[in-house]
Amino acid sequence: MLELTDYSVNFSAGAALRQANLTIKPGDRLGIVGESGSGKTMLALSLMGMAPDGATLSGALCVDGIDMTQRNEIEWQNIRARRVAMIFQEPMAALNPLRRVGDTVMEPMRVHEGLSHDQAQARALSLFEEVGIPDPAARLRQFPHELSGGQRQRVLIALALACNPALLIADEPTTALDANVAVLITDLLVRLSQERQMALVFITHDIAAVARATQDIVVMYGGDMVEYGPTAEVLKTPHHPYTKGLLDALPDPSRTTHDANGKRRRLPTIPGTVPQLQDLPQGCRFAGRCPVEVPQCAAQKPATQSFAVNRSSACHLNEGAKR
Amino acid sequence: MSVPLLTATGLTRHYALPRTSLLRPAPLLTAVDNTSFTINAGETLGVVGESGSGKSTLARMVMAFETPDAGEVLFQGQNIHALPAPELRKLRQQFQMVFQDPYGSLNPRRPVGWSIAEPLRAIGEDENTNRRVKEALEQVGLHADAADKYPHEFSGGQRQRIAIARAIVTRPALLVADEAVSALDVSVQAQILNLLMDLQDDLGLGILFISHDLAVVGAICDTLLVMQHGKPLEAGRTADILRNPAHAYTQSLLTAAGVHT
Ligand SMILES: Nc1ncnc2c1ncn2[C@@H]1O[C@H](COP(=O)(O)OP(=O)(O)O)[C@@H](O)[C@H]1O
Ligand SMILES: Nc1ncnc2c1ncn2[C@@H]1O[C@H](COP(=O)(O)OP(=O)(O)O)[C@@H](O)[C@H]1O
Ligand SMILES: [Mg+2]
Ligand SMILES: [Mg+2]
Repeated sequence: MLELTDYSVNFSAGAALRQANLTIKPGDRLGIVGESGSGKTMLALSLMGMAPDGATLSGALCVDGIDMTQRNEIEWQNIRARRVAMIFQEPMAALNPLRRVGDTVMEPMRVHEGLSHDQAQARALSLFEEVGIPDPAARLRQFPHELSGGQRQRVLIALALACNPALLIADEPTTALDANVAVLITDLLVRLSQERQMALVFITHDIAAVARATQDIVVMYGGDMVEYGPTAEVLKTPHHPYTKGLLDALPDPSRTTHDANGKRRRLPTIPGTVPQLQDLPQGCRFAGRCPVEVPQCAAQKPATQSFAVNRSSACHLNEGAKR
Repeated sequence: MSVPLLTATGLTRHYALPRTSLLRPAPLLTAVDNTSFTINAGETLGVVGESGSGKSTLARMVMAFETPDAGEVLFQGQNIHALPAPELRKLRQQFQMVFQDPYGSLNPRRPVGWSIAEPLRAIGEDENTNRRVKEALEQVGLHADAADKYPHEFSGGQRQRIAIARAIVTRPALLVADEAVSALDVSVQAQILNLLMDLQDDLGLGILFISHDLAVVGAICDTLLVMQHGKPLEAGRTADILRNPAHAYTQSLLTAAGVHT
């Protein structure tokens, strides 16, 4: 239903997204992980036709088989409401503080589908029930500040579902929430995706959440998709050195905290930080931070190698491993 | 045995909830309920629990920003909430705090060296300020020149290093870290956790490390206190609790934190 082919987003400082290739089918649950500055939000905004001003787009972005790259804002608005919806990290910022949350949720149904007030209200009520808001009739009349962070995120999910999208993009939907509320929201997104056969793109830097919620995963770094595959396989046997570095840096509660000499173990780290766009190497974006770098890495962009039907990675060192 | 660095006994803190009726007194919320723990020099106590479980309230009482309604905090044997103001001010250089958002403690319009020196000025120390700021920057793995730059010139991880430099510039014996790595990417988070362990080994710091993430707490803390609704739920050696949590709630925190399972 959605396909990116060699899709790039360029700014004068450099490429925030470089030749992305991605196919999303109905019901897919896809995770996108990477440190901040990797281009995750840029990818999400692109899928919504909302790339920022000043960006030059290239490549193809097809929705339902139609190339949208040259389409205007009006055509995108239609797609956004009815095919592709998005929820953001900060639920408070996305809700009008002066409007009752029920009115906010009913608006797109009335605008895009021409429902009457009563029809929209009935649907809002059933959406609130579906997303697990207790006492939904009373909640419809409340204002955003009267709800907890988790309840607000549920309201935003209801809003995103208002016009039955085929794809829901969730950009860091749980980052602002507490750990256990985050688990509930993640599980809710999975359930909704399954029950509605709705594709889900779940963007996060929380690898535990991606492991629980998604079937496939894209690992991004410096605007490149460096690794792709079934989530469980990628997390178990990462091919790309960046994926390995990220997973190693995660604290593991099942690992002993002290070594044989009684000294507390240090966590493995990736040296340095994500560079600014203008400072990214032209070849492999991870050059300069990579523990297994070879001379060609900084200059030459590695090709994406397929290992199996559903598994790929872009690293010069994988090239020898290609069959 | 020597006196622990810090002993908290029966700490309790209530807040008044908004009144529901003019005729009745405002109902009370017990944010922290009868909570006790000790921290030894060179050791890290982790406090873990979901948001609203009272962790930050506990930290504010340990820092003497707030007075408990019951219970006491002995720091190096002295009851900090009973000290006269001038003595408390002097003792403050011994305990410092690091927050989740480093912007909160860095003045955006001043070079970071100015912000790092602030705790020194607060205790009336103005000799050797520059030298101590530079020393603190180097201890957190930054170049001494960083003192002349502004907060926006640094990445999130670097800003958290600067906030830690500010906290150790008075050479404290205790560091209180409230969600200090929660806003950071995993790779940066690992760097900051390692830094805290290095500083602890070098300086013999006691650390009160607060987080909602049990995996993070497990990586750095010797002992653990699990809190729920302001109450201490279980406490003990970190390794024991992680291997064998006594409560379903602790297990749920483990599940939320787990990738490796
Ligand atoms: N409007 C913009 N103009 C120029 N560069 C931008 C703009 N928005 C984002 N960027 C840059 O694009 C890169 C990717 O950003 P983003 O997609 O927000 O990353 P993530 O969501 O993974 O943290 C970053 O280097 C960021 O600074
Ligand atoms: N100054 C305050 N006034 C009223 N209630 C407060 C205040 N500070 C905290 N609380 C309440 O006390 C409880 C514990 O809060 P807090 O210590 O911030 O928890 P945590 O840090 O674990 O998230 C919460 O219910 C919170 O709303
Ligand atoms: Mg983002
Ligand atoms: Mg707190």
